[in-house]
Amino acid sequence: MSAAGALPGGPAGGELRRWQRFTPLERVARTGFYLFALLAVLWALRTIEIIPEFLYDAPHQTVDLFARMWPIDWSWYPKVVHAALMETLHIATLGTILAVALAAPVALLVATNITHSVILNTFGKFILVATRSVHSIMWALFFVAVFGPGALAGMLAIAVHSIGFTGKFLSEAIEEARPGPIEALKAVGAPPLAILIKGYWPQVKPAFLALAIFRWDINIRESAVLGLVGGGGLGMALDTALSNLYWDQAGLVLFVIFVVVIATEIVTTTIRSRIL
Amino acid sequence: MDASAPSLETPAGNDAGRSLTIRNLRKEYSPGKPVLKDVSVTIAGRGMTAIIGPSGTGKSTLIRCINRLIDPTSGEIIFRGQDLAKLRGKELRRARRRIGMVFQEYNLVERLTVIENLLCGRLGYVPVWRAWLRKFPAADVDRAFHLLDAVGLGDFANQRADQLSGGQRQRVGIARALMQEPDLILADEPTSSLDPKTSVEIMELIAQRAGERDIPAVVNIHNVELGRRFADRIIGMSKGEIVFDGPPNTLQDSDLLAIYGGQGWLE
Repeated sequence: MSAAGALPGGPAGGELRRWQRFTPLERVARTGFYLFALLAVLWALRTIEIIPEFLYDAPHQTVDLFARMWPIDWSWYPKVVHAALMETLHIATLGTILAVALAAPVALLVATNITHSVILNTFGKFILVATRSVHSIMWALFFVAVFGPGALAGMLAIAVHSIGFTGKFLSEAIEEARPGPIEALKAVGAPPLAILIKGYWPQVKPAFLALAIFRWDINIRESAVLGLVGGGGLGMALDTALSNLYWDQAGLVLFVIFVVVIATEIVTTTIRSRIL
Repeated sequence: MDASAPSLETPAGNDAGRSLTIRNLRKEYSPGKPVLKDVSVTIAGRGMTAIIGPSGTGKSTLIRCINRLIDPTSGEIIFRGQDLAKLRGKELRRARRRIGMVFQEYNLVERLTVIENLLCGRLGYVPVWRAWLRKFPAADVDRAFHLLDAVGLGDFANQRADQLSGGQRQRVGIARALMQEPDLILADEPTSSLDPKTSVEIMELIAQRAGERDIPAVVNIHNVELGRRFADRIIGMSKGEIVFDGPPNTLQDSDLLAIYGGQGWLE
């Protein structure tokens, strides 16, 4: 820049002031971090034992698998798969309703603007983390052991696993409610329950509905596989087909799952765009 | 509707039972740093009192201590034979439902309709199940429609509150306060978010409705001219203390300098 010296406020002595984004220490730390990340990836690659024979074989096997699924055994749909599909939808729907009902009180416990007690907040958070950190497959194994295999175990697994997710986002929605209207209802002399119903609920309702629908969407996908461990529904049909090596029937189940997932995706996005 | 009843029922001499007396009111948000420094003032049983003063001087804290949205550190707030500062739980709610409040940001429940926002003014009186099922007493609903007409929003009953303009929202806020059948109206900067013309209309509405009910109104206001125009009494606050108290026509430039400090802004 030839005109640099002419800039107003330039240095009197001619010494240009330099700007650096990072201090030298920060630069060392950043280089160290990148090196560490590279080492971590290399280490991980070494841990995954790749068996070369299987790897070379993979494309051939994939084609073979699909070939065995084709043609799909459509006649199996009315015999077994339709009932299993309905069961899956019922498991997901009832499980979501139960989850929302169980999550709502926990969310009230966690929301710091509703419950002014650190102990109760923490207790609620513990419930949310505990239910969420155990996968629904694990919950299904547990409930199958308690209630025996079938739709009930699957439904409870879906419900309990969903408490964490639903409760966490519900409590956040409650905490994001504008305090102004709440203050106004307090000033009116409204009792706490009335403030909850007329002050918080109208503000939380859209988030609540979106959340319930989103969770229902997730639960349909999850309940489709719960049958693999005895939780009823499509997974059970898939398990039967796989253990009998009836690949054309397995193909049918996979196809049905694919269609259902796309259909619920369309339904939920349509509903959500309407209510938000 | 009693809001439009003439003010003859209360003889002017019987003011004492209707007035608001604040004694040594102190509020410290952090210990040792009082926002209100032992304020004492008596508000008569009728008329509008405007509180002026710079931001952060405790006006809002003062007005919110009266209906206990903020708990005072010490002092008394005597209204209708009760010390509001000592009330708790149900007693406090019973006292609050006779004190209407108007807010700067209107504080309507935006996703509810206008008429339901008005009916929210009855939440202190109506059992929760009625509010939940939207089965408000017929008299309350009728009163809400009357008040909507009175504030000029008769056609907006079923509109959602978030579809209204600022001025319209504030009218709903005032109507909600009037739904409480209040014995006192508090207004915290009711015009600060509004344009000049609407501000005048809102102040007019508060003064007029409080006059019809023959109840006192206490209004925090930034706009000194509006305060002068509508209030019967001006209270000037500075740094947590009352530094001016008198009728609007006695408020001099020197008083404004004492209230707001500084020099050049008045010229």
